[in-house]
Amino acid sequence: MKRNPILRIVAKFLIPLIILFALYVQFHGDFGPGGGFQAGVIFSAALILYALVFGLDAAEKIIPPHILRLLASAGVVLYASVGVIPLFLGANYLDYSVLGSTQIKGQHLGILLVELGVGMTVTAVMLIIFFAFAGRGRP
Amino acid sequence: MGNHISLLLVVIPLIAAPIVAVLPRGGRLPWLTTLIITFICAFLASSQLWMVLNDGVISYELGGWAPPWGIEYRIDAVNAFVALIVAAIAAITLPYALLSAEKEIPQHQIPLFYSAFLLCLTGLLGITQTGDLFNVFVFLEISSLSSYALISLGRNRQALTSAYQYLIMGTIGATFFLIGVGLIYSQTGTLNMQDLAKLLPQLSQLKTVHTGFAFIMIGIALKLAMYPLHLWLPNAYTYAPSVVTVFLAATATKVAIYIMLRVLFTIFPDDFLLATPTYDIFILSGMAAIIFASIYAIYQSNIKKLLAYSSVAQIGYIALGIGFASSKGVTAALIHLFNHALMKAALFMAVGAIIYRIGSCNMKNIDGLGKQMPWTFGAIVIAGLSLIGVPGTAGFISKWYLVTAALEQQAWISVVVILFGSLLAVIYIGKIIEALYFKPVTDSNQSAQEAPLLLLVPLWVLVCANIYFGLDTSLTVGVAEKAADVLGVVDIGIMNK
Repeated sequence: MKRNPILRIVAKFLIPLIILFALYVQFHGDFGPGGGFQAGVIFSAALILYALVFGLDAAEKIIPPHILRLLASAGVVLYASVGVIPLFLGANYLDYSVLGSTQIKGQHLGILLVELGVGMTVTAVMLIIFFAFAGRGRP
Repeated sequence: MGNHISLLLVVIPLIAAPIVAVLPRGGRLPWLTTLIITFICAFLASSQLWMVLNDGVISYELGGWAPPWGIEYRIDAVNAFVALIVAAIAAITLPYALLSAEKEIPQHQIPLFYSAFLLCLTGLLGITQTGDLFNVFVFLEISSLSSYALISLGRNRQALTSAYQYLIMGTIGATFFLIGVGLIYSQTGTLNMQDLAKLLPQLSQLKTVHTGFAFIMIGIALKLAMYPLHLWLPNAYTYAPSVVTVFLAATATKVAIYIMLRVLFTIFPDDFLLATPTYDIFILSGMAAIIFASIYAIYQSNIKKLLAYSSVAQIGYIALGIGFASSKGVTAALIHLFNHALMKAALFMAVGAIIYRIGSCNMKNIDGLGKQMPWTFGAIVIAGLSLIGVPGTAGFISKWYLVTAALEQQAWISVVVILFGSLLAVIYIGKIIEALYFKPVTDSNQSAQEAPLLLLVPLWVLVCANIYFGLDTSLTVGVAEKAADVLGVVDIGIMNK
C-alpha cells in the first residue's frame, strides 16, 4: 500500500472529515437522527481506513490495544453510573431531570453523557474486533 | 435507600463488570472485587425477600416514568425468591472460583472471566427484577451472551463448538421470545406485565395473541432446556469450566423457569391457557424428560455429562409440577427449583474438585478416588442421595410435594414416572459412587490428595444446606406456597378440563 500515493493522499484527506462527521453525529444525536452508536461506528471507520491504508502497526501506534480496552470499559461505566447520580439527588435511577437546573436541561445533560459513553464503547469495541481479526497470524 | 434495593441488585454488578475487566491480570484483585460484589448482591437479595414478605409488593419506576409507559421493577414473593437463589448461589460459587478458575482458565483471561460472570449475574438478576416483558428480553440477552463467552473459556477445544451450539439455539430461543412479545405488543400496545394481564382477557380470542403465546413458549422452552429442546445443554455444561457449570446449572435454567411461570400465570388468563394444550404439553414433556434424560444419564462415561443429563431430567420434574395446573403443583415446582439448585451446585462443585486434582472427570480415570478424597466423596454421596430423594435431604421434600400434587390430581401415570425417575437416579448416582469407592485405586490416582480447603468449604456449605432444607422446610415451602399464591394459580386441574 505504501506505493499508492493516490490512496494515501485521499485517505489522509478523508480521515479528518470522517472524524468530524462522527463528532457531528455524536453531538447532534440529541436533536436529530444520530447518537452514540452511529457516531462510534463512523469514528472507528475512520481509524479502520487508516489501518487499511497505513498498516496495522501504524494504527496501533495511534490507539494501543490496552487503551482500547480501557475506553470500552469506561464507556459502559459512564453509561451506567450517570443513571446512579440521580439516586444521590433523591430521585429514581435514570431520572436525569434532577441533573440540571430545569427538567429539560437535566434530561439533556443526562442523554449527552449516556451517548458519550455509548460512543466510546462502540468505537473501542469496533476497533478491538477489527484488530482481533486483522491481527490473526501476526507474530 | 430501602426502595432502591430492587434496582441496586442489577446496577451494582453491571457497573462492576467493566471495572473488573480492566483490573491488572495476574493478581487476585479481579476475584476479590467480584467476591465482594456477589456478597453485596446476596445480602441485598435476602433483605429484599424479607421486605417483600413483610411489606408486600415493591414497585420501582425507572427514570421516574410511571408504569405502564415506563419500565417498572415489580418485586413480589416469586421474583424475590428466585433472585435470592441466583444471588446466593453466586456468593457461594465465588470462594470456590478462585482456585478452580486459576487451574482451568488461562491467566490472561481471568479478569475477563470475572467480568463475564458479573454480566451474567446482572442479566439473571435483571430478569427476576423487571416487570416489563421487553426488558426481560434485554436481560435475557445480557445473561445469554455472557454465558456463551463463559462456556467457551473451557480448556477443551470442544468448549468452543458447544458454546457455538448454545449460541445458535439460545439466539433462536431469544428471537422467538422477541417475536412473541412483538405480536402481543401489536395487539395490546403495552409491555408492562400487570397491564398485559389486565388487557389480555378481552383479546384472548385473537389468532395473533395465540401465535404470540406459542412463540414465547417455544422461546423460553429452548432457554430452559425443556425436553426435547434440551440438545444444547449437555455439551455446554460438560465442556464449560467447572465454576461456570456450577453457576449456570444452578441459576440459568431456574431463571428461565421463572419467566415461564410469569408468562403462564401472571400474564395470560386461565381460560386462555385451558383453550390451548399447554398443560398437556408440559406433562408429556416432563414425563419424557424424566424417563429419557435419566436413561441417557446412565450411559454417560463423563461425569459432568451424566449430571447435565440429570439436570434435563430434573427440569422435567419442574415442568411436570407446572403441568398439574394446581397451586400444589406450582408450589412443588418452586420448591424443586430451589432444592435442585442446591444439589446440582453441590454435585458439580464436587466434580470440579476431582477435576482440580486429577484433571479429568471421566469414569475411567476416577477409580478408587473416594478413599483418596474422602470429603469430596462424602459430598457426592450426600448430594447424590438428595438428588435421588432420600428422606432427610432437600430432594425428598421436592419429590414429596410433587407426588402429593400428582395424587391430588389422581395422575397415576405421573406418580409412577416420578418414582421411576428416582430409581433411575439411584442407578446413575450409584455408578459414580461405585467407581469412586468400590473399585481399587489405580496407580495414577495413588498420589491424588484431598481437594484444598477453599474448594471444600463452599461445597460443604451446599451439602449442609441440602440436609438443612430437608429437615427444616419453613423457608422453602413457606415462600413457595406464598409465591404460588401471588402468581394467582387457580386449581384447574388436568382432570377437570
